[in-house]
Amino acid sequence: MDHIVKSYEEELRRLRELIARMGGLAERQVADCAYALVRRDAEMAGEVVGRDAPIDALEREVDSFCVRLLALRQPMASDLRFIVAALKISQDIERIGDYARNVAKRAIIVSGQPFMGGVNGFQWLAQLVQRNLKDSIDAFVRDDADLAERVWAADAPVDDIYTGIFREMLTHMMEDPRNITACTHMLFIAKNFERIGDHATNIAETVHYAVRGAVLPEDRPKADISAEVPPYLGPTA
Amino acid sequence: MSQNIPAAASAQAPSVPPPAQQALPPQGVVQGSFGGMAARSGARIGPARIAIRDLNFYYGTNKALKGIGLDLPDRQVTGMIGPSGCGKSTLLRVLNRMYSLYPGQRAEGEVMLDGQNIIHPDQDLNALRAKVGMVFQKPTPFPMTIHENIAFGIRLHEKLSRAEMEERVEWALTRAALWPEVKDRLHSSAMGLSGGQQQRLCIARTIAVRPDVILFDEPTSALDPISTLKIEELIDELKRDFTIAIVTHNMQQAARCADQVAFFYLGELVEVAPAAELFTAPRQKRTQEYITGRFG
Repeated sequence: MDHIVKSYEEELRRLRELIARMGGLAERQVADCAYALVRRDAEMAGEVVGRDAPIDALEREVDSFCVRLLALRQPMASDLRFIVAALKISQDIERIGDYARNVAKRAIIVSGQPFMGGVNGFQWLAQLVQRNLKDSIDAFVRDDADLAERVWAADAPVDDIYTGIFREMLTHMMEDPRNITACTHMLFIAKNFERIGDHATNIAETVHYAVRGAVLPEDRPKADISAEVPPYLGPTA
Repeated sequence: MSQNIPAAASAQAPSVPPPAQQALPPQGVVQGSFGGMAARSGARIGPARIAIRDLNFYYGTNKALKGIGLDLPDRQVTGMIGPSGCGKSTLLRVLNRMYSLYPGQRAEGEVMLDGQNIIHPDQDLNALRAKVGMVFQKPTPFPMTIHENIAFGIRLHEKLSRAEMEERVEWALTRAALWPEVKDRLHSSAMGLSGGQQQRLCIARTIAVRPDVILFDEPTSALDPISTLKIEELIDELKRDFTIAIVTHNMQQAARCADQVAFFYLGELVEVAPAAELFTAPRQKRTQEYITGRFG
């Protein structure tokens, strides 16, 4: 049901649009940085780096708009949850933009390296986090708590792949110290994608709270066990 | 102010058998926290001082309250919100039997205070109104001195020596956060006070007879924002000793003052919950629509 005060309704709609726009920009950044990495396309990576500023500008706009709404409308219940959620989500998206930029910067470096290991894992990782990001933003735009909950529970494969990449890069570095530079960059890149996935999950949690008014349980299904990967004991066969 | 209307029958305490105190299921507490948003909803609602069960109220044939069940927790603040005509002020009028002044108005059901059903016809109204005081929307000082405004009510209930009376007047004015402003003009007219001061005088007059429960019916709707905050601060202070119910149209006020908030609509109690819970995540759709301003 719409608000009795029409201008308030319009302001809430505008806030939703701002987040949708931010989300769209971030999705494109994530897709393009992954493409640039896999294709060793330094030019495209450079474009990604240059396109981070508009996301930051939108975040500042959302910030001040939310503070204004809180002060002037004194929102309650679902409106309050929605506005606070927008405030938090805009921060998550801004961070996602930073991670994509970071991936792009390193993609420029590794594009000049002779060896960078297999990129299949990265492609897959990027696709998964892209989808989670898109779904979490869609969930926000459509007030879809069920979709948010699915995204929230879908982060485990991301962690699996991240752990796999970690093992693989470790192996390459052990095999030939000349790989260390590229592989270290690749590890950071993998970590950046993994962090993007975590922020998508945060967004999903926030959307769930905004729509349902209840907080999701604290333990989310997790599968990042890179901290438990055993030390390398020499080349196998 | 305590209404002191000579009761028709004020003899023995009514012999209503005390029914089993039946506690409502505990109010839900939002678990976890959302950046601290849900933090205050951990506030526990204590045991009931007044327990209302199956209360119906009629203005003639018009049923204004329908099957109300609500606990007013001891020494906590219950806020009552809802659109005009929802029954929240009617409920306050039941709690000190104000409606008994008018023919054709009647209540049925149970409103238990200290083991007595106060809506029973045998209830001693003077005794009840000494126990359950009321503060109204507009300050209603009597056209007498400040001192007399306080002493008047006390004399109806107690015989105090002059010294005791002076002490009680000072105590009441101090508790109502008015003493420093009036201590040098106790014997000038109360009509010379500002609106906010007059309202605090009315609160002092109410607490002077040492009630258990204080009912506030939109106590700040005629006051400026600063006087309003003073009254709210006072309510926060008073709840250490008194059980308080406040009817207000100002939701921010209910959010600031109340431990639990009850939302009424068309004579029904739609939802009651700890304030932080009701204002961040109400369970009922009608509550949600009302507090967000989407009432169709």
